[in-house]
Amino acid sequence: MSDPAGELHEIAFILNGETVSAAVSARMHLGDFIREVMGKTGTHIGCEHGVCGACNVTIDGRSVRSCLMLAVQADGTHVETIEGLTQSGIIADLQQEFVARNALQCGYCTPGILATAAEMLNGPSLSRENIREALSGNFCRCTGYHAIVDAIEAVMARRVEAAS
Amino acid sequence: MTETRGMIGARLPRPEARRFVAGNGRYTDDIAIGGVGQVAFLRSPHAHARIASIDVSVAKASPGVIAVVTADDLAAICTPWQTKLAMLPSHISPEQFPLARGEATWQGEAVVAVVAESRAQAEDAIELIGVAWAELPAIGSIDAAAATDAAKVSTQLAGNLGLDHVFKAGDPGTAFEQAHVVVEHEFSFGRQTGVTLEPRAIIADFDARTRKLTVQHSHQVPNQMREIFAAQFGLSFSDVHVITPDVGGAFGMKLSAYPDEMAVAAIAILLGRPVKFVADRLESFVSDVHAREARVKSRLAVDGDGHLLAMDVAVLSGMGAYSSYPRGSLGEGLQAVHMSAAAYRLPIFNGTLRSYFQNKVPSGVLRAVGQPIATTVTEQLLDLAARKLDIDPADIRRRNYAASDEKNTRSAAGTVLSQLSLDRCHDKLLELMDYEALRRDQAELRQQGIYRGIGLAAFIEQTGVGPALYGSQQVRVSAHESCRLSLEASGGIRCATSITDQGQGTMTALRQIVGETLGVDIGAVEIVCGDTTSAPFGGGAWASRGTALGGEAALRAARKLRGSILAIAGSILQAQPHELRIEAGKIVNAAGMPQLSIADVAARAHYQSHTLPLDDLPPLEFAETYAPRDLPYFVSNGIQAAHVEVDAGLGAIRILGFWVVDDCGTVINPLLVDEQIRGGVVQGIGAALYEQCIYNEDAQLENGTLADYLVPMASEMPDIHVAHVETPISATTLGARGVGEAGAVAAAAAIWTAVNDALSPFGAVVTQQPITPEHVLDCIDQAKS
Repeated sequence: MSDPAGELHEIAFILNGETVSAAVSARMHLGDFIREVMGKTGTHIGCEHGVCGACNVTIDGRSVRSCLMLAVQADGTHVETIEGLTQSGIIADLQQEFVARNALQCGYCTPGILATAAEMLNGPSLSRENIREALSGNFCRCTGYHAIVDAIEAVMARRVEAAS
Repeated sequence: MTETRGMIGARLPRPEARRFVAGNGRYTDDIAIGGVGQVAFLRSPHAHARIASIDVSVAKASPGVIAVVTADDLAAICTPWQTKLAMLPSHISPEQFPLARGEATWQGEAVVAVVAESRAQAEDAIELIGVAWAELPAIGSIDAAAATDAAKVSTQLAGNLGLDHVFKAGDPGTAFEQAHVVVEHEFSFGRQTGVTLEPRAIIADFDARTRKLTVQHSHQVPNQMREIFAAQFGLSFSDVHVITPDVGGAFGMKLSAYPDEMAVAAIAILLGRPVKFVADRLESFVSDVHAREARVKSRLAVDGDGHLLAMDVAVLSGMGAYSSYPRGSLGEGLQAVHMSAAAYRLPIFNGTLRSYFQNKVPSGVLRAVGQPIATTVTEQLLDLAARKLDIDPADIRRRNYAASDEKNTRSAAGTVLSQLSLDRCHDKLLELMDYEALRRDQAELRQQGIYRGIGLAAFIEQTGVGPALYGSQQVRVSAHESCRLSLEASGGIRCATSITDQGQGTMTALRQIVGETLGVDIGAVEIVCGDTTSAPFGGGAWASRGTALGGEAALRAARKLRGSILAIAGSILQAQPHELRIEAGKIVNAAGMPQLSIADVAARAHYQSHTLPLDDLPPLEFAETYAPRDLPYFVSNGIQAAHVEVDAGLGAIRILGFWVVDDCGTVINPLLVDEQIRGGVVQGIGAALYEQCIYNEDAQLENGTLADYLVPMASEMPDIHVAHVETPISATTLGARGVGEAGAVAAAAAIWTAVNDALSPFGAVVTQQPITPEHVLDCIDQAKS
């Protein structure tokens, strides 16, 4: 019988600032590609149904669930994982705030939450309630979300102040 | 230079958090091992079936497949296990194998394992396995299990009743006859599961030359698993090495010896190569332990002043197909009975428990085990009594709190209490939430057809559980905690601890305790944990014990090590050790002048001790072990309050505010403690309003994905305000009680009482959890008709 993995497809995209090219099976999702092929283990797999947000990365600046996107669909895009977001320093203030407020416990959901928050911080300033709304695609089992909302709110306020 | 005095009680961030925010966590699935075989399981599609035959011939030839393994293949490697609790001899569980042997007893039980080069290939091969099933009657509900003519959950069982337990204190008959008010209520608690975001994961490797098994495991208790692997595989204790790397949440769910994980370790031995299994979310729902399924009938007798006279609690508990190994599945029901009214003075109590096997996922430990049930039942009955007597719900609690000053008393249901502060917590909570103002607003808004409720739930949390629990059950679960503390040659401090950390922050609490005692920055304290080779033997993380017990061991070791450091420094400085102290890593003399660094002392002691004017070099390493002896466990206490709004037309419940006042004794780090409490509260809110494992009549789980099983997300959760009362426990030098379960113990109860408070104008009372909008509307309709 034939291999259910089927034929391979050539893809190329920018991952954390570096060009990657690979031949992947059509069924491999981007999260598995990032972790298993590229070895970037900061992206975590939580539900593989697009609910928990643990696998969120940014693609062309928007936060995306890497478990709901096939690796072949990433062809030609700019993908940033937590490793890239960290290295570029663009969320250094947010990461510092998460640490200072203990806005994480086991840390498993944290990279996905930071990817969501990174997109949030690029947009208009949000109320506390709207931050909660925007975070509602990220499941955290350990914290009560309270400190996470505090951290995002504080960084948002600081950035608005710095911009004005 | 950092201030090292006053470190205990400081809001210090966790050093490891920097790693996590950078994506540098190292969870089990992140560990790269060359040549690792990926394991996937064929799981039973039936809740109960005989396995007539298994054909694996086609699967074996599937691309990438290394091996296809059945129960028979593992029989030579792994002996079956059986959960037995010595103090409860009538409770036995079927013998359990790593893979189902001859009979599957729940939908999701692992039956065949495939090892392949990739997980995808292993899953492909599973599709090619032929199993001839002969379906057997499936028992899903507690009622079905309890029916007189019920089919048996397992052919190994004589019947479905797993435990029949009675606890009486006093004679309830007369109290109920003579009471001013008697209230009754029935409760139904839905099944939940842990939903740790990191699923269960295990990598096992067996070196056939040395016959050593190495297991990297997303688990809470590495020493317990070493014990079990050694016993079931016939290996010596020293030939099993268990490592728990970063663990992405546990909540008690990662305390069991799971059969599929036993299978993975056994397969490593069978094949003599490394193999790995990571549960996906679908299989997490049908293989992680479930919890909470219970029905409770209860009544409470109260005098005319609202004083409690007697309480009756009858609990029916659903255990699933096996009693989880090795701790059993009885804790939920037992705690539901014995934690009833623990926070209150009550002279007469009558509790009964009947726990039943079912063809469902085995139940097990989930944060706060049974205590949320006991708290919900108690608090709801109190509110019903208050309403009948027209006493304010806050007042009836204030009149009944258990005595605060006594050192070692028992509640009516048998819970050991010690040095409580319920009255002080109560007063602080009412002030924090501005109770009076909320009640005034509530009354005004009711006139406008807006139904808001204020719910209170006082609680006792069992923490710091010691050896009396599992030791007397002859279950080989360690309940002491150990610390091996050493002065390194570099001047750093190495703290090897038996405690494990799945995000609680216990490692930072230990750093603070050691840092303050030795006068060094927390950055100077290296923690070694979660590894049976390099960390000392002890319990690990369960029952809110880490800081309370592991912290005490660390404190005792640190005091001794400080003695050695000062003795050496004294010899160098020609000073009396007692005149010296250590501050910010420096040895300071009587005049307050820094003389030497700890690094100087370490260098002299480790490299040039011949130059020290001492007869003997004092020890540079101390090992201390601590287990509570005078108390079976510590108790924490506190009170929570929820403010909710119920939409009487839609049945929807919105949480407007949440407050907690908690007394966990000495607070080592409020930053850690507050998030522990808030996380527990959100889990309790999830229990009250969203979470349930839904089974159909054939005992098939109908909501096995995160799209169908609702968990609390940020948008539905309120801000959670936390305050503390500190009553150090006198049993230890440190004074810390546990706090890990505090939030979960009472949050659901606060939601229940708040919702029922909101519904009181309708005369409606909710009776089941989760409190869905449909249930709210049904209750309103019922009250109207």
